Amino acid sequence: MHGLVAIFRKEMANFFVSPVAYAVIAIFLIIVGFFFWANVSLLSVISLQAANNPMFAERINLTDVVIRPLVQNMSIILLFLIPLLTMRLFSEEKKSGTIELLLTYPVNDFGIVMGKFLAPLSVLLVMMACTLSFLLIMAPLGSFDMGVFISSYLGIILMGSSFIAMGVFISSMTENQIIAGAISFGAALMFWMISWTSSFTGPTAGTIIRQVSILERLDSFLKGILVVSDVSFFVFFSAVFLFLTFRSIETQRWRG
Amino acid sequence: MIEVIGLTKYYGRFAAVKDVNFQVKAGEIVGFLGPNGAGKTTTMRILTCFTPASSGSVRVSGIDIAHDSMAVRRKIGYLPENVPLYNWMRVRGYLEFVTRAKGVPSSNRNQEIERVSKVVGIEDVQGKMIRWLSKGYRQRLGLAQALIGDPEIIILDEPTIGLDPRQIKEIRNLIKSFALNKTVILSSHILPEVSQICSRVIIINKGSIVAEDSPENLISGSGRTSRIQVSLRAPEHEATNLVQILRGVSSVKVLAPLQDGCSTLSVEAEKNLDVRPILARAIVEKEWELLELRSIDVSLEDVFLDLITEETIESRAEDNTTMGKEVA
Repeated sequence: MHGLVAIFRKEMANFFVSPVAYAVIAIFLIIVGFFFWANVSLLSVISLQAANNPMFAERINLTDVVIRPLVQNMSIILLFLIPLLTMRLFSEEKKSGTIELLLTYPVNDFGIVMGKFLAPLSVLLVMMACTLSFLLIMAPLGSFDMGVFISSYLGIILMGSSFIAMGVFISSMTENQIIAGAISFGAALMFWMISWTSSFTGPTAGTIIRQVSILERLDSFLKGILVVSDVSFFVFFSAVFLFLTFRSIETQRWRG
Repeated sequence: MIEVIGLTKYYGRFAAVKDVNFQVKAGEIVGFLGPNGAGKTTTMRILTCFTPASSGSVRVSGIDIAHDSMAVRRKIGYLPENVPLYNWMRVRGYLEFVTRAKGVPSSNRNQEIERVSKVVGIEDVQGKMIRWLSKGYRQRLGLAQALIGDPEIIILDEPTIGLDPRQIKEIRNLIKSFALNKTVILSSHILPEVSQICSRVIIINKGSIVAEDSPENLISGSGRTSRIQVSLRAPEHEATNLVQILRGVSSVKVLAPLQDGCSTLSVEAEKNLDVRPILARAIVEKEWELLELRSIDVSLEDVFLDLITEETIESRAEDNTTMGKEVA
């Protein structure tokens, strides 16, 4: 346990000393802030148009016009940004040789992997926590469905943890950060866009593809529904990649 | 303290270490000596639980490293060859990380960092970025992280490589100073270093142990012959002929002469017989001028080269016989 804490703190320090975390958080907030502003502006325009159409006005609300598209956009931005957080976790240590010392300290491999997984996850949580300020801005504008908001955020964080686990695994495979980053990004993109093919791949393949597609899995969260299979999909996805990382470290020990 | 039995490590089909056996007693300073690629680093990596052995066993104070690696890791401080440190960290922050990773209780951390910093002499660079440390300080910091947690065994892979002569001396003295109550294993391909620091030397070549003894014994026990260098004013050919027939001389080699009209010979003689007086008398009787006569000390370097070339010749001979068999 002491090892997990030590490595977690070291990784957090690295994120904030080499200002990777600041850069990623800033970019994320700028882009998300832009979408938020655009969505709220759109809401004000259509509200104006709806002023003389009460039927239409009933269907305009913050949840549908602002929150849902915003969270969808967040998922895509994170797809781009998370590989930047995870790419150096193991590859840098392998390149500089520090992994040799790390693996001879009285820290088990589980502690090393978890410490390295929890650090970028914490950066993600900080990032998401910053966007909670949108709540304060939206509150005077009208009412919205808090349940949808919470489940969407939960979905984003679960999706993020899946991408982080995958990124940690890929980083453990190479000592080149750029390769780790490129593969993590490509893999995340594949998992996300694979659902587009489901409409023309036939019924059996289509079902399978829909099952692994991250986009489809996020849908239920955006609707404010917590489906056990979707929650467990993300948890399982993360667990599998953390387990693979664990094995990858072990094989590297054997190779020396 | 450390028992290594039948240690073997394969990388693919290549055996980096083959059936290595040795023991290290508590309080010893043992030097691993060998050319690059001899298997020194691999052996150390196995001892430090970085990589598992393909076969054989290692016991550290009775604990098998394959069985309870965590317990063994707590007993060992390790400094790898290229001194891998986190360049973006500050010295103090790095030492804090190491104390945490090694599980030093939080109440003792500051005390431990101060103790170790004092031992290796890095008190005045605590706030510096590791990136900006000089090579000598990096090495000291590397030693510091190995010493944190007060492990009983210190394993150092080429601890003085890449340092300037003054720094080398400092690091050596450091190692000697903290070696008083610790077991130290260090590797090197610098021979004087090993003979100065170590109480015992293990010479490794091509993954196997070729010799194992104290530096003094290795030097004295190595040669079957003593070597004498003699310079005289006489024709080379005649001088060689004269020296060759003397009692106790086993071989004579002609070296480059000191000046024109002189010959310089390297004479190998039986160990227990001092041929210098006989040699001198013979030369004087011939009425040649004797310019120089001195015995050459066999250094650890000679022993080392001897052992390694012997090995290579033997293995080449073996290769030849097996090849011959294959052809037949």
